[in-house]
Amino acid sequence: MTKLSVRDLRVELDKKTIVNNIELEVSVGQWVCIIGPNGAGKSSLLKSLAGIIPSTGEILIDGSNVRSLSERDRACWIAYVAQEPVMPAGMRVFDYVLLGRTAHLKMLATESPKDLEIAHFVISELDLDKFIDRDVATLSGGERQRVAIARALTQASPIILLDEPTTALDVGYQQEVLELIDRLRNEKKIAVISTMHDLTVSGLYPDRLMLLAEGNVVVSGSAEEVLTPENISKHYGAKVTVITHESGPVVIPERNK
Amino acid sequence: MRTATARRISPFAWIISAVAVLFTLTLGVSIGAVSLAPLTIWSEISSNIFGTTSTSTGSESTIIWQLRLPRVLLAFVVGAMLASAGCAYQGTFRNPLADPYLLGVSAGAGLGATIAIFNGSGGSRFLLPLAAFAGAMGAVLLTYSLGRSAIAGRSSTALILAGVAVASLLTAIQTLLQQQNTDKIREIYAWVLGRLSTSGWNDLAIITPYILVCIIILLRYRRVLDVFAVGDEEALTMGLPVARARGAIIIAASLGTAAAVAVTGLIGFVGIIVPHILRLIVGNSYRILLPLSIIYGGIFLVLADILARTILAPQEISIGVVTALLGAPFFLFVLGSSKNGSVT
Repeated sequence: MTKLSVRDLRVELDKKTIVNNIELEVSVGQWVCIIGPNGAGKSSLLKSLAGIIPSTGEILIDGSNVRSLSERDRACWIAYVAQEPVMPAGMRVFDYVLLGRTAHLKMLATESPKDLEIAHFVISELDLDKFIDRDVATLSGGERQRVAIARALTQASPIILLDEPTTALDVGYQQEVLELIDRLRNEKKIAVISTMHDLTVSGLYPDRLMLLAEGNVVVSGSAEEVLTPENISKHYGAKVTVITHESGPVVIPERNK
Repeated sequence: MRTATARRISPFAWIISAVAVLFTLTLGVSIGAVSLAPLTIWSEISSNIFGTTSTSTGSESTIIWQLRLPRVLLAFVVGAMLASAGCAYQGTFRNPLADPYLLGVSAGAGLGATIAIFNGSGGSRFLLPLAAFAGAMGAVLLTYSLGRSAIAGRSSTALILAGVAVASLLTAIQTLLQQQNTDKIREIYAWVLGRLSTSGWNDLAIITPYILVCIIILLRYRRVLDVFAVGDEEALTMGLPVARARGAIIIAASLGTAAAVAVTGLIGFVGIIVPHILRLIVGNSYRILLPLSIIYGGIFLVLADILARTILAPQEISIGVVTALLGAPFFLFVLGSSKNGSVT
């Protein structure tokens, strides 16, 4: 069973520490969600795992070092969906999803029938068939997120990093995308690491939450353990009430009287 | 389930393109001070290649083989190179206004040619192209090393800015040299504006191997150019070695451009006009755009050369002036219609 282990991860940008001393273990089928106030380093942490920004410390997959892998090999293990994925004007949904096969192709090769088949399979699995010829730039926010997830699935990596997958979406699309991610990680045995903005939503699907503040993990555990009024007041500077609901803790900001 | 395949050029488009190439080349050979009938041209060419009987006279044969054909083919090869280099730059920099001279090729070649002309090598069919080529490649290497070290990341903006700086510096040096040697300005100017007048097959033979290799390399990167469309960060996480791929594309495009510039001087706008007209027709996928840019870049420059030869006949206009007259307004049109200057 594939497992990602991160030890003592540290990210510096312009000599300033952005993320420090991160310890993290995620196995396939699990979903870990990183929360924290603006500027806490959530996106930087995800980008360092994706190899976009440099970091120090260990990133291991099943005990072997990710840093020694080529770009291609790394991408075969770890896929990444940006907060706002670039949707190139004029590119069809099919061509966009097919780009996910890049990690499995030699740089100058073109796709084999098998690659096309995988893209088709993912597209129909995500119910995107009706979009197949659409220009990706014309898709709505929710459709873009689904198409970007389809591209990441076509990459067929056991670990997927999702940077705020639902922030730009209304509640209907939000639910649709989160349900999709939840189904996929269970069915396909994918390890998911996401960041999330909305605290109540972050408690719904992930197995574990990591609260990041000023680059350090301050609390980690289940939604009930992390989403307490004390933690949120301390690290977000917000006064909130937390109500227990059958889906998970509900965080309600209080109004100053 | 609906099936789709990866983007490729349709058989219909291939046929249209082949017909267009044959038509344009024939037109290019047929038009001039002495008009030649297409049939005469083809019977002459077929007689040389297949040993059939030719209907052309001796002087017609000389015009075809010594004057028109090498010039038309040179125009085609150079146009193909400039358009495909522009197309490749636009893809790898995700910038619709990138052109083959982006990284200082033109300024470097200009300086090289100027130095050669001052040293009395301007008339040399051998030294002038060599100096221009050396200048162009030197400029690209300078830009590349500056751009890469300026920002240690993968920022392509740093590279473009370095190109602007290197081009300004080299142009300033060239101007300084010119001012000290005003009697050669006319000669330099003729080179800068671009010319396709050839000495038979020599120029074509010199540059074709370089250009062929560069075009083949660029063609092999056509899928990679589509991956670049999602931006460096996402392309990297999809497994593309972004810096290495961009480096290879830049080197192939610059080397080919430098070879073309060395022989013909500066012919502008081909690398912008041709890929953009094609974008409007066939979309933005480089799997289609790049091969078609090669074909229609060649066609475009042959047609531009026909104009250069005929507008003020018997006088000949510099081909660079013709492409600039067509290209500058088009450049503004592209600029105006591109949203935020970033339509790719």
